[in-house]
Amino acid sequence: MLLIYCPYCQVERSEMEFACRGEAHVVRPADPSKATDEEWVEFLYMRDNTKGVAAERWRHIHGCGRFFNAVRDTVSDKFLKIYKTGEPKPDLEALAKEAGK
Amino acid sequence: MSELLANDLITPDAGEIPLLSLPSVSILKAAPLTRLSLRCREATQKDAGAAFGAELPMSPLSNTTAAKRAALWMGPDEWTLLAPEEDLKTVFDGIEEKLSAHPHALVDISDRSEAIIVSGDKAAWLLNTGIFIDFSLEVFPVGTVTRTLFHKSPVMIWRIGADAFVVEAWVSFMDYVSGLLVQSATELEAA
Amino acid sequence: MSQPFRTEKGGRIDRAEQLTFTFDGEEMQGHKGDTLASALLANGVHLVGRSFKYHRPRGILTAGSEEPNALVGVYRNGDQTPNLRATQVELYQGLEAISQNRFPSLGFDIGAVNDLLSPLFPAGFYYKTFMWPHAFWDKVYEPIIRSAAGLGKPPKNPDHDVYGNIYAHCDVLVVGSGPTGLAAALAAGETGAKVMLVDEQAEFGGSLLSEVSASIDGKDPADFVTETVAKLAAMDNVTLLPRTTAFGYFAHNFISLAERVTEHLSNPDPKLPRERLWQVRAKEVVIAAGAIERPMVFPENDRPGILLADAGRTYLNRYGVKVGHKVLVATACDSAWQAAFDLADHGVDVVAIVDLRETPPESLMSIAEARGIRVEAGCVVTGTLGRKRVKGALIGRLMTSGQVASGGQIACDALLMSGGWTPTVSLYSQSRGKVVWDSEKGAYVPGVSVQKERSAGGAKGLYGLQATLEDGYAAGEEAAKAATGKSAKVTYASATGGEAGSGGILGALPHDRNAARVKAFVDYQNDVTAKDVKLAVREGMHSIEHIKRYTTTGMATDQGRLSNMNALEIASGALQKPMTDVGLTTFRQPYTPTTFGLFAGVSRGDFFDPVRKTPSHDWVVENGGVFEDVGQWKRTWYFPKNGEDMHAAVARECKTVRESVGLFDASTLGKIEVVGPDAAEFLERMYTNPWKKLAPGRCRYGLLLNDAGFITDDGVIGRLAEDRFHVTTTTGGAPSVFATMEDYLQTEWPDLNVWITSTTEQFAVAAVQGPKAREVIAPFIEGVDLSADAFPHMSVKQATFCGVPCRLFRISFTGELGFEINVPRRHGKMMWETLAKEIEKHNGTVYGTESMHVLRAEKGYIIVGQDTDGTVTPQDAGMTWAISKNKFDFVGKRGLARPDLVADGRKQFVGLLTKDPKVKLEEGAQITTAEQPATGTPAEGHVTSSYYSPALDRTIALAIVKNGHALEGKTLYVPMPTGSIPVEVTSTVFYDKEGARINV
Repeated sequence: MLLIYCPYCQVERSEMEFACRGEAHVVRPADPSKATDEEWVEFLYMRDNTKGVAAERWRHIHGCGRFFNAVRDTVSDKFLKIYKTGEPKPDLEALAKEAGK
Repeated sequence: MSELLANDLITPDAGEIPLLSLPSVSILKAAPLTRLSLRCREATQKDAGAAFGAELPMSPLSNTTAAKRAALWMGPDEWTLLAPEEDLKTVFDGIEEKLSAHPHALVDISDRSEAIIVSGDKAAWLLNTGIFIDFSLEVFPVGTVTRTLFHKSPVMIWRIGADAFVVEAWVSFMDYVSGLLVQSATELEAA
Repeated sequence: MSQPFRTEKGGRIDRAEQLTFTFDGEEMQGHKGDTLASALLANGVHLVGRSFKYHRPRGILTAGSEEPNALVGVYRNGDQTPNLRATQVELYQGLEAISQNRFPSLGFDIGAVNDLLSPLFPAGFYYKTFMWPHAFWDKVYEPIIRSAAGLGKPPKNPDHDVYGNIYAHCDVLVVGSGPTGLAAALAAGETGAKVMLVDEQAEFGGSLLSEVSASIDGKDPADFVTETVAKLAAMDNVTLLPRTTAFGYFAHNFISLAERVTEHLSNPDPKLPRERLWQVRAKEVVIAAGAIERPMVFPENDRPGILLADAGRTYLNRYGVKVGHKVLVATACDSAWQAAFDLADHGVDVVAIVDLRETPPESLMSIAEARGIRVEAGCVVTGTLGRKRVKGALIGRLMTSGQVASGGQIACDALLMSGGWTPTVSLYSQSRGKVVWDSEKGAYVPGVSVQKERSAGGAKGLYGLQATLEDGYAAGEEAAKAATGKSAKVTYASATGGEAGSGGILGALPHDRNAARVKAFVDYQNDVTAKDVKLAVREGMHSIEHIKRYTTTGMATDQGRLSNMNALEIASGALQKPMTDVGLTTFRQPYTPTTFGLFAGVSRGDFFDPVRKTPSHDWVVENGGVFEDVGQWKRTWYFPKNGEDMHAAVARECKTVRESVGLFDASTLGKIEVVGPDAAEFLERMYTNPWKKLAPGRCRYGLLLNDAGFITDDGVIGRLAEDRFHVTTTTGGAPSVFATMEDYLQTEWPDLNVWITSTTEQFAVAAVQGPKAREVIAPFIEGVDLSADAFPHMSVKQATFCGVPCRLFRISFTGELGFEINVPRRHGKMMWETLAKEIEKHNGTVYGTESMHVLRAEKGYIIVGQDTDGTVTPQDAGMTWAISKNKFDFVGKRGLARPDLVADGRKQFVGLLTKDPKVKLEEGAQITTAEQPATGTPAEGHVTSSYYSPALDRTIALAIVKNGHALEGKTLYVPMPTGSIPVEVTSTVFYDKEGARINV
């Protein structure tokens, strides 16, 4: 069971308190009516399903309730970076390199 | 229990028999309370605390208490405000009035949950039969408040003494929570 | 003394305390401190079970949890726990054990014929022998194989034991309490770090408990154990857990432990749990699991009386039991020699030491000579005699040609063997570490740590008492430092004796026997022989993973700790590839078999899941209501009166609601309070409907979609004030709607000044529905003019009910005049009882969810999740009216414009009336255009709801049907096994189509 740091509660808690909400930084078009069908399908359904370093959305659902983002190596389960919602997507390649991948 | 945090607020329900009464740990139903959920942004927090009568705690998982008031940090923009049962209207109206010009959300959740007081040498042990949090005092000092899971039920834990915890759960979950605590304490009675 | 194989003295058993136990009904004696295995051996019993496939007689092979043969059932409270390892079962007064996998008896087992028929059961026989005829598989082959093969029988009764659970945290978890583990725990403990020391055995000490020829700081190793454990026990920061197996190493240093709390007690206090699951989060882990001895693979190496050499030594020194009177020792390494010497010192006739090595170390040779022990160097065992007990061994001499020459027979009644040692890398492997081959040690050892752990001592292939002690201290210090930053000065104890030996062999031994006829076992528990592994390679299995699955080698309960290395070497030889290229299978959790009870823990019976009750619950129980489970909620299903069945009760309830009045508990509906200046804006964006112009005091039906455009939830939303809405959701949808709202609020629109709070449990809700609803509530409500003009349909107002503040809604899910009263939950019981009494005055009824379903179906109201399935749009559901045309955006708006969602041929929500009004359709039944559709015809849709309608006195149904809206009046068919049912497509509204009744 993973141990996850909540950037709002500032503590590490067991995965049981959290819900993973899939790939992070999937942007909902600001004006959906202008999105083409392809763009909308991309937004709705297309995900990378990365094997390796990926940014994910998590929610501390049984804690403070906040969503946040986390960069996790999906192979080793190591968290490389955890950051609050709204903060920019980190450079995943740099993080991976730093982690010695 | 006199040295406990907020002991003028969190009191055993006089009309109830203890759910558990062992030398090493007891479980008592807490008397009804006024519980308000307050959500607001930074600019409003000071006023909100002033109107309530206890400052809003800003550090994660912490609490502030004042006479017959306690404010519990639930999230970066969320607090649970506790006051005696009969103060509901005064407190609610007082905050609404003071914050009328500021965006905020104040909701009465007094009846949403019930609280029990788990206290005694084995209180932390007993909670650990269903909660994975480290309750050692260095990690979880007196005054710490958090939502978490007890087995399959969401709960709120507030440490009000070295050996005393308030455990809150939504009302329909309380039979499960208190029932499992009592069952898990059975082995403490073994010879 | 009835224990012929008990030594005169020595061992750690309590000779003063004699215990009586039975094995297969035969009464025997043992001592406190014995395991079932040692007690059986003390009584001369080696034959304890029959093998899995060939039903060969099997004896005790080991003295530890890796035991593959000695699996027994133990009775307790009239029920039997199967497959316990006799080597781990602690003896207690009155213990009742039975052997397994034999019929009719252990001594005479009919299944043993499999041994003679073994050419029929080669590796992979499951896959090839019983392939044809296909029909025979289920009926004939499988049942026979299942009953003939296998281990113990599962217990028949529900498990009446209680299982505990505890979560724990520590700085340093030390697994294993041999010299390395004890030293590590002590070193870490001295720093003040929080330490947990766990060992699967009853006593701490591991190999030290059977070490008699070495000393530590001038003391007996056993005394060193006693003193060290006493020191640890005196430390507040150290938790000692004997009888506790670390069985799983998971991500982020999460380790699960199985503590056997009462298993060893004769009369355990029923208040104690039988076992306890420890779920530990450790900052650092020291794996001091030691190493285990490898069997030698020679023909007939499985006869009862053949044990691992170190097990023989353990039985002797720790339990005071001689494995035999005439013992042969077969080895390829030094350590087994010590077993021979110890036995000789206890007066056992060691008939020979047969060492594969041409020149065993001179130091050992001279000790053997001094004891008069015959040594056969450069020799191997090529077979054994005896059936239920080994009677002798065939000796072969290794020739320089690589051939083996017969070297005659030696009689014996026990044979100890040692092929060398294998580090226990299971936990390291579970932690996702990759083992590396150490050619010097001839073993796979832990490589780079991927979690915060370190293996120490034997677990990393380090042997010798002094070396393992030192490694333990160092590991404990390092781990404590890493976890807490603290260190302490620890005095290392120093050992004399117990030096590391040399030697060892992997794979099958050469022999001069007919290879086609003899069985040399690699995996005892699964009856896998060296021949099977070679056969697997010949048949094309070239990956060790395939070989493992094809032969089942390494799939025993020890996960191949005994067998893997030998199997690997044999496979490598057959593949003509270096062993390191063959690869190694991964060790997985659990380390040893773990009971289901431990995993289930408290989650059983009443506590399997939270049972959520509403405030009317007790009243319903007293009044004979029947509940149904809706998620975790108990909801009242129907209220039978005077012996009514469900159909009659529902018919009466529905009729009464339409004619008079009914009372329904709606407390479980999800409730969310949406508050803030942007509350209306937020709802505009979430729901399809418009909200900004909804006046305070008014309600509107809200339809919630996902961004794909599909219906996910619905409910009535009341505006309490400019900045405050009371949102209701479906019972089941409450958590997900709340989570979805939070998601959009926090991540898409964080600028909105609005917050949501769940108030589902803040309120108890009573729905009063029917023409008399107003009269029923009027006496109790204050603060609202209930007249139709002042308080029309879809209104909400703050009022009081019996003086208690309430939110009064005028809404309806029945099509009748209806009110829903929300009071703070603590008043819910009072409200329910008051209203239940009041409706009686109007000949009303309480009603449950079934009637609620019928009443809403008569009106064609959808139930999300029943009539919709996640692919239904508002247009499909005929609810285009709920979609605001003027909004810039709402969740799902863009999705609704997707080509597939506007295309022709979508399945649409319709009503169905069977031509025969008495025939009730099956929910989920498929709908076709043809009366007798050909096989393979796709369905046009399916029935989503189907009831008997009391108001219409006929059956009604709702369905989704391809292009259904255009088919009104057409006939379709619902083909059923009993015949095709013709149905007419209709509007979804069956009753009061004008909606007059709701507005009175």
